[in-house]
Amino acid sequence: MTGAVTAEHEHDTHEEKTLGFWLYLMSDAIIFALLFMTYVVMVNNTAGGPAGRELFDVGHVFAETMVLLASSITFGFASVALVSKSKAGVLAWLIITFLLGFSFVAMEIIEFLGMIAQDAGPGRSGFLSAFFTLVGTHGLHVSLGLVWIVVMLAQVAVKGLTAPVGSRLMRLGLFWHFLDIIWIGIFSVVYLPGVL
Amino acid sequence: MANTSAQPSPKTYLVGLVLALMLTAFPFALVVWGSLPRMQILLVIAIAAVIQVLVHLRFFLHLDLTHTPRENLLAIAFAALLICIMMGGSFWIMFDLNHRMM
Amino acid sequence: MLGKLSIDALPFYSWVAMGGAAVTVFGALGVFALVTWLGQWRYLWDEWLTSVDHKRIGIMYIVLALVMLLRGFVDAIMMRAQQAFALDSQGYLPPDHFDQIFSSHGTIMIFFMAMPFLTGLINIVVPQQIGARDVAFPFLNSVSLWLTAAGTGLVMASLVIGVFSTAGWTGYPPYSGIKYSPDVGVDYWIWALLVSGMGSTLTGINFAVTILKRRAPGMKLMRMPLFTWTAFCANILMIFAFPALTVACTMLALDRVLGMHFFTNDAGGNMMNYANLFWIWGHPEVYILVLPAFGVFSEVVATFSRKRLFGYHSLVYATAAIALLSFTVWLHHFFTMGSSANVNAFFGIATMVIAVPTGVKIFDWLFTMFRGRIEFSAPMYWTLGFIVTFVIGGVTGVLLALPPVDYVMHNTTFLVAHFHNMIIPGALFGYLAGYMYWFPKAFGFTLDERWGIRSFWCWIVGFYLAFMPLYVLGFMGMPRRMEQYNVPEWQPLLIVASLGAVVILLGIVCLVVQLVVSIHNRLEARDLAGDPWDGRTLEWMTSSPPAPYNFAIIPQVESRDAFIEMKRRGTAYSHPQQYTDIQMPKNAMAGVFIGGFAFLLGFAVVWHIWWLAVVALLGIFAAITGRAFNDDTEFVIPASEVEKIETERHRKLAIARKHYGHDDQTPVADPFPGGAA
Repeated sequence: MTGAVTAEHEHDTHEEKTLGFWLYLMSDAIIFALLFMTYVVMVNNTAGGPAGRELFDVGHVFAETMVLLASSITFGFASVALVSKSKAGVLAWLIITFLLGFSFVAMEIIEFLGMIAQDAGPGRSGFLSAFFTLVGTHGLHVSLGLVWIVVMLAQVAVKGLTAPVGSRLMRLGLFWHFLDIIWIGIFSVVYLPGVL
Repeated sequence: MANTSAQPSPKTYLVGLVLALMLTAFPFALVVWGSLPRMQILLVIAIAAVIQVLVHLRFFLHLDLTHTPRENLLAIAFAALLICIMMGGSFWIMFDLNHRMM
Repeated sequence: MLGKLSIDALPFYSWVAMGGAAVTVFGALGVFALVTWLGQWRYLWDEWLTSVDHKRIGIMYIVLALVMLLRGFVDAIMMRAQQAFALDSQGYLPPDHFDQIFSSHGTIMIFFMAMPFLTGLINIVVPQQIGARDVAFPFLNSVSLWLTAAGTGLVMASLVIGVFSTAGWTGYPPYSGIKYSPDVGVDYWIWALLVSGMGSTLTGINFAVTILKRRAPGMKLMRMPLFTWTAFCANILMIFAFPALTVACTMLALDRVLGMHFFTNDAGGNMMNYANLFWIWGHPEVYILVLPAFGVFSEVVATFSRKRLFGYHSLVYATAAIALLSFTVWLHHFFTMGSSANVNAFFGIATMVIAVPTGVKIFDWLFTMFRGRIEFSAPMYWTLGFIVTFVIGGVTGVLLALPPVDYVMHNTTFLVAHFHNMIIPGALFGYLAGYMYWFPKAFGFTLDERWGIRSFWCWIVGFYLAFMPLYVLGFMGMPRRMEQYNVPEWQPLLIVASLGAVVILLGIVCLVVQLVVSIHNRLEARDLAGDPWDGRTLEWMTSSPPAPYNFAIIPQVESRDAFIEMKRRGTAYSHPQQYTDIQMPKNAMAGVFIGGFAFLLGFAVVWHIWWLAVVALLGIFAAITGRAFNDDTEFVIPASEVEKIETERHRKLAIARKHYGHDDQTPVADPFPGGAA
C-alpha cells in the first residue's frame, strides 16, 4: 500500500462515515420530531396538575440556552484547533466544552428535581410525562455527548490528532451542534409558549 | 483533515454566535416584556426558531449548497420533508380527534 | 436480587406451553451439543459469529429467518387447529395462551422472520450487484445482526421464562398498559422490538451509504439493478420509519415501568396517539417488507424470460413513489378510531393512489415476460404465483381503503385474509424466490428444482385454502382473534382453513427436503462458473461462493445489466495483467458482545433486575469504547494470495465451459463450506 492510496482510502472512509452519521442524525431528528408532536398534542392534558406557566422559570431556561450555545462555540474552537493541528488547543477547548455541557446537564437536573419536589414529576399527568420525556431525551443525548467527549479526550491524548481521531472529532462536532439545534426547538416549543 | 465543506474558522463561529444570540434574546425578551397578542408572539417565536436553525446549520455545521456532498443535503431535505408529513399529519389527526371528543 | 423473577415464571400453566418451552430448551441444548460433538466451536466463532463479511452475515440472517419461520408457523397452525375445534367448546388452548400465540405469531413473522430474511438477502446480494468488495461499515453490520439476534432471543426466552404479550402484534394500549397487562409479556414484546429495531435502523444506514458510495465506476444510479434500487428504498424507509416505533415502544415502556401517562385512560393520557405513532412506522414497514421482494421478482423475471426488464425507469420511479407515499397513508390502519370524514377521505384516497405505482410494476413484469423465452425454474414459479395472488390481495386492499367498507370489515377475518394476502405472496414468496435464486451464489451449488416446485405448489394451494375462507368468514362477521365461538356456520370454513395450514406445512416440509436433497447432491449440482442462470447483473460475475473480496478487480460498468453486456462482448472473464493487494476488514468480537449485552439489558428490564441492567449497559459501553480505540481494523490480502485464488477460479471456469453442468470426475473441492458434510 502506498501512502497516497492509504490517504485516499482514509478520505473515502471519512466521507462515507460523515454521510452515515448524517443519516443517523436525521433518524434521531425524526425521534425528536415525534416527541415534539406528542408534547404539543398533550400540552393541555394537565389532569388537574400544574401547567407550564406554574413550573417553568424563563430565567433558568435562558441561562441553560446560553450555556449550551457557549458550548457550541467552544466546540467550534476545538474544530478550528483541529484544522490547525494544535493538540493542546483541541484538548483545552474540549475540556471547556465538557465543563459547559456538564453545567447544562446539572442545571437541567436541578430543574427536574425542583419540579419533582413540587409533586410535578413525570407520573403526575400526561403533559408532564411528555415534558420530561422530550426534555429528558435531549438531556440524555447531551450526557452521551459528554461521555463521548471524555472518550475523545483520551483518544487525542493517547493517539494524537491522527486521521481517524480527527474524523471522529468532526462527527462529535456534528452531534454536539445538532443537539443545540434541538434545544432551539425545545425553548421555542416548550418553554416560551409554556410561560406565555 | 479533509473536509469537503467550508473549513471552520473562528470568524464563522463568531458570526454564528452573534446571530444566534440575537435570535434567542429577541423571543425571550418578547415573552417576558412584550405586549403583543399571544398568537403574534408565537409566530415571532416560530420564525426566529426557524431562522436560528438555518443559522446553526450554516455557521456551526458548515452546510452550504456548493461544498456539502449532494447526498448529505438530500438526506437532510428528505428528513425535513418527512418531519413535515409526520408532524403535520399527526396534528391534523390528533387535533381532529380532540375536537370531536369535546 | 432477581427482581420480579421467581420460580413461578416457568410455564407450568398449561401442557402446551410446557411443551413449547421444552422444545425451545432441548432445541438449544441439541444445537449446543451437536456443535460440541463436532468440535466446531472454534470454527463457528472465528469464521461465522465474529465475521464481518457481508456474505456470511447475510447467511446467518437467513438461517435465523428460516428458524423463526418454523416457530411462527407452529403458532399459526396451532391457532388454526384451535379455531377448527373451538365451536361451543374450549378447544385445547386456554384463552390467555391463545392470545399469546397470535401475538407472538405476528411479532415473529414481521420482526424475526421477514426482517432478517430481507436483510440477509440484501447483505448477500447488494454489495456484489454494485461491484463492491464490502459494505460501507462492516463492523456495524455485525452489530446489526447481533442486535436482531438479541431481540429474537428475548422472544424465545419468553417461551421458557415468563409469558409473552397477549396484546397482539400491535400492542395497543390501554390494554397493553400495566393496569390491564401486569405480567411481563408486554415488556418482552417491547424490548424485543426496541433492540431489533435498533439493529434495523443501523442496517438501513449501512446499506444506504453502501449503495450511495460504494458503486463500481460507471454504475450510475439509473444503471443499478432493480434489486439494489428496491433495497435502497427499503433502507431509506428503515432509517426514517423505525424512529416512530422506537418512540411508541419507549413511551409504552415509560408508562409501564415509571408510571407515566402517555397512553393511560387516566391522568391525561392519550391512547390514540399510540395508534398514530405505531402506524407512522407500521405502514412504511409494510413496504420495507414488500419492496425488496419486488426487487427479487424483477431480477428473476428478467433472468428467466431472457429479456431486459421492461420499463426499467418506470419500475424505479414506481419504487421511489411507493416509498414516499408509504409515509402518507398511516391513518388507514385506524379509520374506525373516529376521525372526521375529511381526514378519513384524505387517507383513503392516498391509500388508493399507492395502487397505481404498484399496478405499473405488475404490468412491467407481465410485459417483461411477454414474448420472452420463459424458463419455468423454481424462482419463476414463486414469481408467477405472486403476481396472480398479489393482485387479489391488492383488490381487497382497495376495498378496505374505502372508509365506509372498512367500518364494516374492520377487525374481522376479512382484514386478516387481506394482509396475509399481501404479505405472503408479496414478501415471503419473494424471499423464497430469492433464496432459491441466490442460494448457489452463497454456497456454490444449486438447490433441487423439483422439491422447490413441489414446495411452491403446496404453499400456493395451502395459501388459498387457508385464507380464502377467511374472506368469506369476514363477510359473515367473524371477528379476528377468537379463541372460541358459538356460530355453527363458521366451523366448516375454519376447518378448510386449517387444512390449508396443513398443506402449507407440507410446503415447509418440501423446503426442508429440498435443502437435504440438495446438500446430498451438491457435487452434481456444483456451480463452477458462478453463473448458473446465465445472469444479467454483477453478482453473477463472482465465483460461487465468492472470494472474501468478491471482485479481485473492480469491474467497470458500461450499461444496465452490466454482466450480460460483458458476456456478449467477451470481456466478462478476462485475466488482468497483475493483481494488487486488497484491504479487507478484520473479524470482530465486539458485535457479538454488544448483542449479548443488549439481550441481557432487555431481560433485566423485563424482570426489573436493575443491577443486571447496569452491568449490561456498562458492558455495551465497554465494547463500543474498546472498539473505538482500535484503529487497526483492516488486514491486507497480498497480491500473491489473490492471484492464487483467482487462478483456481479461472481453472474452474475453464472446466465449467468445457462441460457445462454435467461433469463429475474433475477434482474440484467440495463446495460445501467447511468441507465436512
